[in-house]
Amino acid sequence: MIENLRDAVVDLVYLVCAVVIILGLKRLSSPRTARSGNKLVAAGLLVAVGVTLLDPHIHWRPANIAVMLIGTVVGAAGSIYLARVVPMTAMPQMVALFNGMGGATAALVAVAEFQRFVASGAVTAGERVSVAFGTTVGSVAFTGSVIAFLKLQELMTGRPVRFPLQIPLNVAVVAGIVAMWAWLLGFAGSSASVWIMFGLALLFGILLVLPVGGADMPVVISVLNSMTGLAAAAAGFVLENQILVVAGALVGASGSLLTILMSRAMNRSLANVLFGAYRTRAAG
Amino acid sequence: MNQEFLLGLYVLILTIFLGFEVISRVPTLLHTPLMSGTNAIHGIVLLGGILVAGTAENPLTLLLGFLGCLFGAGNLFGGIVVTDRMLEMFKKKEPAARQA
Repeated sequence: MIENLRDAVVDLVYLVCAVVIILGLKRLSSPRTARSGNKLVAAGLLVAVGVTLLDPHIHWRPANIAVMLIGTVVGAAGSIYLARVVPMTAMPQMVALFNGMGGATAALVAVAEFQRFVASGAVTAGERVSVAFGTTVGSVAFTGSVIAFLKLQELMTGRPVRFPLQIPLNVAVVAGIVAMWAWLLGFAGSSASVWIMFGLALLFGILLVLPVGGADMPVVISVLNSMTGLAAAAAGFVLENQILVVAGALVGASGSLLTILMSRAMNRSLANVLFGAYRTRAAG
Repeated sequence: MNQEFLLGLYVLILTIFLGFEVISRVPTLLHTPLMSGTNAIHGIVLLGGILVAGTAENPLTLLLGFLGCLFGAGNLFGGIVVTDRMLEMFKKKEPAARQA
């Protein structure tokens, strides 16, 4: 009974947070209200994360608490420090870096929860799809964002990277990911299929962003941003957590629209931004 | 497909429509801050990391949960601060433009 009550309280607070985040996002899209919108969004996010600690499934054992607390505090302190000290000109790569972290988290949640599903017996079709989606999309967003960060930070060349057999390699990696999906969904694949999917998707994220030039990075980061949103929504399905589904879907949708608007503002098509490097060589 | 999954699907699809509507009139000027703002929003995945870490039963899931908390917190807090810094710059420009 007490557990049910706690669940209900947590879910109701999530609902309020979802409303606050949506209102904040609305204010973020207008110059006059943007800054207060960001504060509103922040409040909604922090309360949602805080109330999660009331979840009755959490074990209050030293190992769990230590891991949770140290991870969160170190991650928060490190990123706040970074976000404050970097020069304004380095903001785009910071967005890429933090976006990559979110993608990684979504993928890690999917992989970790799959271990639990397997341990607890039969894994439903819905759980398989959610895990496969979260793992794949989250991992691509992670490594893709890291490459975007390295390019913008000039830790690697900002030019489109081409190498021999690039297209066959891409096709092979995608085929491998598709095969892991088929194994997991069609043939009740085990943990191994999820781990291999994870690895291949990490590789694909790198391959996806390598051939894009530094000047086109903002559009690519926007694509990866909406991917992380969708991966977070998938993590919400995995955990049966509605606020994650809402926030993730919100970012997935608004991020996709934003990507279209951004490439339109640059007078480019999205396909041209992502795959332009291949076409240039074919034409030349 | 259980009830919970179908319900999630409803929420997902409806929220996607909402996501398109909410930002449909954003001016070009705000594209980058808005991208950064939505980047902070998916930082909410931190609570996924917290749930994994909090319910972990073995060293492997503890490790995955730790990384989830670390990266999730990085996304959430970094995203909020970066967005605020971007928007702060907008605020400062306005009076300067008026003086000139």
